Amino acid sequence: MTTYNLLQNYWWFIMSVLGALLVFLLMVQGGQSMLIHYAKPDKRALLINSMGRKWELTYTTLVTFGGAFFASFPLFYSTSFGGAYWLWMLILFSFVIQAISYEYRSKPGNIYGSRFYDTLLLVNGIVGPVLLGVAVATMFFGAEFTVTKSNILNVQAATISQWGPHHGLEAIANWRCLLFGVMVFFLARTLASLYFINNIDDDEVNASQRHLLLVNAGVFVPLFIAVVVVILTASGVAVDDSGNAQWVPYKYLMNYLSMWWALVILLAGVVLVLLGIGKSLIKADYRRGIWPAGIGTVLVVLTLFWVVGYNNTAYLPSLLDVQSSLTLRNSSSSEFTLKVMSVVSILVPFVVAYIAYCWYKMDRRRLTTRELDDTDHKY
Amino acid sequence: MEELTNVVDWSRAQFALTAIYHWLFVPLTLGLGIIIAVMETIYYRTRSEKWLATTKFWMTIFGVNFAIGVATGIILEFEFGTNWSNYSWFVGDIFGAPLAVEGILAFFMESTFIAVMFFGWKKVSPKFHLASTWLTAIGASLSALWILVANAWMQYPTGCEFNPATMRNEMTSFAAVALSPMAVSKFFHTVLSAWTLGGAFVCGVCGWMLLKKRNYDHCQRSLKVGAWVGVIGIVLTMITGDTSAITVAKYQPMKLAAMEGLYKGNHGQSIVAFGILNPGKQPFDDKDPYLFDISIPYGLSFLATHDFKAFVPGIEDIINGVTYDNEGNEINTVPYAERMKRGHQLQEMMAQYSAVMNGGNTMLTDSLKAAINADFKHFGYAYLDKPEEAVPNVPLTFYTFHFMVTVGGYLLLFLLLALLFVYKPQILNQAKWARWWYILAIITMPLTYLCSASGWVVAEVGRQPWTIQDLMPNKVAISDLSAGYVQTTFWIFAVVFTALLIADVSIICKQISKKSLTDLDIDNDKK
Repeated sequence: MTTYNLLQNYWWFIMSVLGALLVFLLMVQGGQSMLIHYAKPDKRALLINSMGRKWELTYTTLVTFGGAFFASFPLFYSTSFGGAYWLWMLILFSFVIQAISYEYRSKPGNIYGSRFYDTLLLVNGIVGPVLLGVAVATMFFGAEFTVTKSNILNVQAATISQWGPHHGLEAIANWRCLLFGVMVFFLARTLASLYFINNIDDDEVNASQRHLLLVNAGVFVPLFIAVVVVILTASGVAVDDSGNAQWVPYKYLMNYLSMWWALVILLAGVVLVLLGIGKSLIKADYRRGIWPAGIGTVLVVLTLFWVVGYNNTAYLPSLLDVQSSLTLRNSSSSEFTLKVMSVVSILVPFVVAYIAYCWYKMDRRRLTTRELDDTDHKY
Repeated sequence: MEELTNVVDWSRAQFALTAIYHWLFVPLTLGLGIIIAVMETIYYRTRSEKWLATTKFWMTIFGVNFAIGVATGIILEFEFGTNWSNYSWFVGDIFGAPLAVEGILAFFMESTFIAVMFFGWKKVSPKFHLASTWLTAIGASLSALWILVANAWMQYPTGCEFNPATMRNEMTSFAAVALSPMAVSKFFHTVLSAWTLGGAFVCGVCGWMLLKKRNYDHCQRSLKVGAWVGVIGIVLTMITGDTSAITVAKYQPMKLAAMEGLYKGNHGQSIVAFGILNPGKQPFDDKDPYLFDISIPYGLSFLATHDFKAFVPGIEDIINGVTYDNEGNEINTVPYAERMKRGHQLQEMMAQYSAVMNGGNTMLTDSLKAAINADFKHFGYAYLDKPEEAVPNVPLTFYTFHFMVTVGGYLLLFLLLALLFVYKPQILNQAKWARWWYILAIITMPLTYLCSASGWVVAEVGRQPWTIQDLMPNKVAISDLSAGYVQTTFWIFAVVFTALLIADVSIICKQISKKSLTDLDIDNDKK
């Protein structure tokens, strides 16, 4: 394997880490989608303030995920974002309305009233995870696009990447992509319940969240099994050494089998998620379920990224022209750029360390109504 | 072709709309970030509860403003992909890296420590809290650094070469990209202008409070920090503005010519202090460029080169490829018509390269690649229909530039006056004419915002029609979308951003006008 190929694989690994962390942090969105279950202002305030202290972490991870994709695999950025226009625009709108809602909802003079901002949070809580799930699912099930780099020389029609007429709406209408998105949504809600149980010190909230955990996990687990079955039975695009691409049945299943370590990690992740959920449901005083479930989620999502990108697989198959499919080799930045960014990525553990330290200090005590009463800055 | 023009126009309009809204909030985040960090430092050293109250007051405004800045920022990043997909591929290898570095190094710093700043008062030590406030401010500036590096590269592409095999530009030197003269001057000029805006904002808010005869001590404390940050900001903005002008003169002479409405250049070129452009003026006609103008002799030559006698080329000189050195010798640069011709030749060579690149004739491909890169600075001209297409909107560039400079000069005087109040506090509340300063401070606030936005209009409109200077015009950079799609999202953005802006302004006004600011010093309200 050449240095260039190693760097491409390394950056796909970085993308998979960012993607996995993003899915884990979508618990903020999952929590927002639960606001409809809480009518009492004090309980609602507890939930919102608990999530409100973390929303920026999710947001920043999403922005960094986008920026890192742009830097490391610009052809994906150019093709998927420019092509699936409506899908990405809807995702962006849902995050725009989230960003201001926490800060504005309880401020005097916010014009539209706190209910309005709570509704925006609810919209982001539902639309965000579902559509991000749909967008990721296109990596498995393909999308309607073609890539012709020489178009840049055509003065009249210079666009390199061209997409089908529906520009992303067709992905939302695709049952497999939608199934993936809905699964992500219920995963986010499940993780949110586990997070609230851990982060909020309130008996009523604790009891209601354990009930919601049962419901949401009850929906999530069958959906997850369905998604895994759909993925493992789906065809994927394999690429040979000369760059020729072709559809191969059960490609992702074969990838799991040939990358056995990914399969082991997948199974470990599933066990951890089930452990976090199960123990939280069985033991009424167990509050740490978010940790095994969160780590498990990260592990599972990591392997999904690996089977869709590694092992000579196209991570964005083209349904219109298989040779246009995007692979780690044909869509990445140059070797020099990947090297430069790899040097920068050495700082990532330092970044993770200070984030962990800060939140360790901030979350040592669980959130209570009393703390909110004593706080100047609250949502 | 008409459809293409519409998509380009709507894509530009959408990006401009998002950028302008984003820039309404970012400079205040940058400026106020420094101001609250200084205020908290004073609190940390004095442990005065009043300084704590003042710090928290400005922090609340910072938080409201920060949220909407973040909201508009995410759109900008993703719009490079959604609306400018060709651009994303053509230069993603270079442009993407600063964005990724921005995310990893700056955004996480900002988002982590801002949480400590707002929620950590009772959870971390005062020293840790102070460090978090400073790191939030530094994180915001670091974020600005990387996005400005990316923007500067679009104005002055450097540290890269074209790879005809991938049909894109590829980075060859990260240092050349990150430390280009354009990036350095742009970063300092932009961030320091944000300090000015932060200072003017504090003055404006205090002006309003003082006009209402309330919060005297709070205003005194706020002005002490705000005015100093503002004065330092405006002085350094002027100095870096001078550096920016030299950089623009060197790398974007067409922009400089448009900024001055200069069609025919001269040695010892004067600068227009005030002027009204002739709206009917076009390159190469005989009309006078100005209906009225007051000019300062030798001013533009000095501004552009620090040499009173230097030749500054006008729009027509640049199109014709003519300029002069200091000794008066004519230097022939490449005329635009010739650049268009060479651009077409480059396209032919690239097509030839594509045809032979897999044939194993490395000697031929290497020589073609070398020939392509030797002339690549002319590549974008192949897409122009006529040389005049490379002339930006002169009136818009001219008027916004002059507005920016005029308001910048006024801001220096205004902020120096604010400093006078700081050191002669009796004037602040007793002199009859102080009331006029309060009113002036309120008016200055929106003026500063307009000045700041004007700077960006000059920078971005002045480089049209290029998305990447000389390499890629807007019409080639866009995504494969219909005009209707972009038009729809444009209006959605316009409505959403306007609604959010109204809420933002309303919350800030409410915060400022709260009658019961007991924490601040209500006892002094009777003064």
